[in-house]
Amino acid sequence: MSDLDNLLASREMILVAGSGGVGKTTIAAALGIAAAARQKGRVLVLTVDPARRLATALGLDEFGNAPTRIDPSAFTDAGVKVRGEVWVAMLDTKAGWDELITRHAPDAEIRDAVLANPLYENITSRFVHSHEYLAMEQLHDLHARGDFDLVIVDTPPSRNALSILDAPSRMVEFFGSRLLRWLTVPYRSRLFTMASKPFYQVADRVLGSRFLQDIADFFVLFQAMESGFVRRAREVEALLIDPRTAFVVVTTLETAPSHEARFLARSLLERQMGLGAIIANRVLPQALAETEAADSAAALLDQAPGPLAATVADRLDAPVKQVRSVLTQIATQFDDVALVAARESDRRLELAALAPTMVSVPWLEGDIHDLAGLGQLAGHLREA
Amino acid sequence: MAARHGRRTLVCEMDAKGALANAFDVGELTFDATEVAPNLHAMAMNTEDSLREYLRLFVRIPLLGRIGPLASTFDFVADAAPGVKEILGVGKLCWEVRERSYDLIVVDAEASGHIVSQIGAPRVISELVQVGLVRDQTQWMLDILDDPTRTGVAVVTTPEEMPVTETIELLARLRSETGAHASAVIANRVLPAIFNRREQTIADSLDEALPVLVDAVGPGAATVLDAARLTESRRSTGATHLDRLRSWIAATDKVADDLPIITVPELFARASGPRVVSLVADALTDELDPDDLDGQVP
Repeated sequence: MSDLDNLLASREMILVAGSGGVGKTTIAAALGIAAAARQKGRVLVLTVDPARRLATALGLDEFGNAPTRIDPSAFTDAGVKVRGEVWVAMLDTKAGWDELITRHAPDAEIRDAVLANPLYENITSRFVHSHEYLAMEQLHDLHARGDFDLVIVDTPPSRNALSILDAPSRMVEFFGSRLLRWLTVPYRSRLFTMASKPFYQVADRVLGSRFLQDIADFFVLFQAMESGFVRRAREVEALLIDPRTAFVVVTTLETAPSHEARFLARSLLERQMGLGAIIANRVLPQALAETEAADSAAALLDQAPGPLAATVADRLDAPVKQVRSVLTQIATQFDDVALVAARESDRRLELAALAPTMVSVPWLEGDIHDLAGLGQLAGHLREA
Repeated sequence: MAARHGRRTLVCEMDAKGALANAFDVGELTFDATEVAPNLHAMAMNTEDSLREYLRLFVRIPLLGRIGPLASTFDFVADAAPGVKEILGVGKLCWEVRERSYDLIVVDAEASGHIVSQIGAPRVISELVQVGLVRDQTQWMLDILDDPTRTGVAVVTTPEEMPVTETIELLARLRSETGAHASAVIANRVLPAIFNRREQTIADSLDEALPVLVDAVGPGAATVLDAARLTESRRSTGATHLDRLRSWIAATDKVADDLPIITVPELFARASGPRVVSLVADALTDELDPDDLDGQVP
């Protein structure tokens, strides 16, 4: 049993982070299957925006925060053995915000006023990293409900991976900010508040007072929910450093993603958030970087023009000229691939130094878009 | 590449990640453009500096010193008020276009989800904000952004599942939510096919001759064949995704030729820095007539 396998068995929440395009969602789903393969229990994978075919493979045909269970017979059909239950849910930011507002609004009147405010949708969809915060919030909610033994969250892709870690504290900060206080003082007295007067004059000229008033109206409503929001954000923040929570950083060994992964791993350590493992995805076989292969490629390039091509052609019953061309191409191209493999093993060493567990997932043929593929990937993750 | 052809070019990074500075191997880039190579200038977008310049140019309120302490507050306004951050960024670029200080402005825009809100910001603002200076100024920005001879969006993708899907979504959203025109799709890191069909058959069956090869070139022969197989499998997976993109464009565009797909081959060089930029520029030059280049490239 690998360390990753033990991590899946012992933690209650796993956050899968990393830059976009590294196969984060696929890995998160495979981790869920790996956890269910190891032992009985209920595992939930909360994804953000899975590729169409992956969503279909997971039985997620529409957005919704409600978890659905992957049909056990689907696993049987795909030849994947699981002992536990695998549930999946897709994060729906809009519905998540509506739920939050409904929960925190002191009365029905304020709730309806917020939900009906024309700026509500526009603002919630973009301010204070709303997407990231919602993912954290959902995690908290699911964990608090106690329906699952393990919740795996596929975090939203973000330009700066840190924004997910800081989302709860930014939410708290926002409610304590001068901006909110300033926006929500009554319109008239705002003019006389000396500290904000110059700023207000500029803002007024630039944006127009009507627009500012629209924003202010919205935030006055919003402020009524302050205590609920702040308390909740603090709880979510505490969850991030809870020992029952582990982060798994997913990356490829290409330049930009591995740079981002290093940065993310260091930031987690700084914030005392538990980095459980780094998973390097789509890794080239180690053997490509070794001298044995390089020597053979060089010899092949030397011998392709000679009698070797004829011997091979004879064996394959193919024209010598074309066999020669194929052998030459393969030998030439090997250098390129070997270079990439060498670079990858260098990066892997750097990453391995940062995490207690480092797992490499080989580049599997084609994209993964069915349960069988996920099961195979889960197998790699458990054995690695 | 445009700069090599003698055009005064500005490259602007929108998301302040520092990747552009890395690419040119220069120190940190700032809001004030610096010349990183002959004819080639680079800058990094910064909302606060953009606001400062905007106020100086348009509002003419002598408040420059006093905006400082309010900067963090401003940050929140920019975060909270829809489109403010975007309009300041786009506004600065449109201003440079209008002033004609450069022949070409290349914008390294934010990830595809954000670009629509950036290009669409002037429109959103003009709908949301009824009065005020900002509203008055959205029109000339729209004139620049919607004019295909002045602004083009080049969508960069790689031959993988998610990037191609996002590219298709982005092209559709550009069309439905903004007036901006896509001018090209650039597929980066494309693996070229190395075998023709008959050679491919031979390559596929080489395993049968493995004992012969091991005898001749040593035990590493199996790994060499693995490498070839792996590369071919990556290439054909990538080609499938590019085909999907091609057929989407063909099905959506009335004139398929309108939106070219330009390919840049995978480079097996060291992974970053000026050397790579120069190699990619070579590859692009092979594919493009430099006189066609205009507008923005995200």
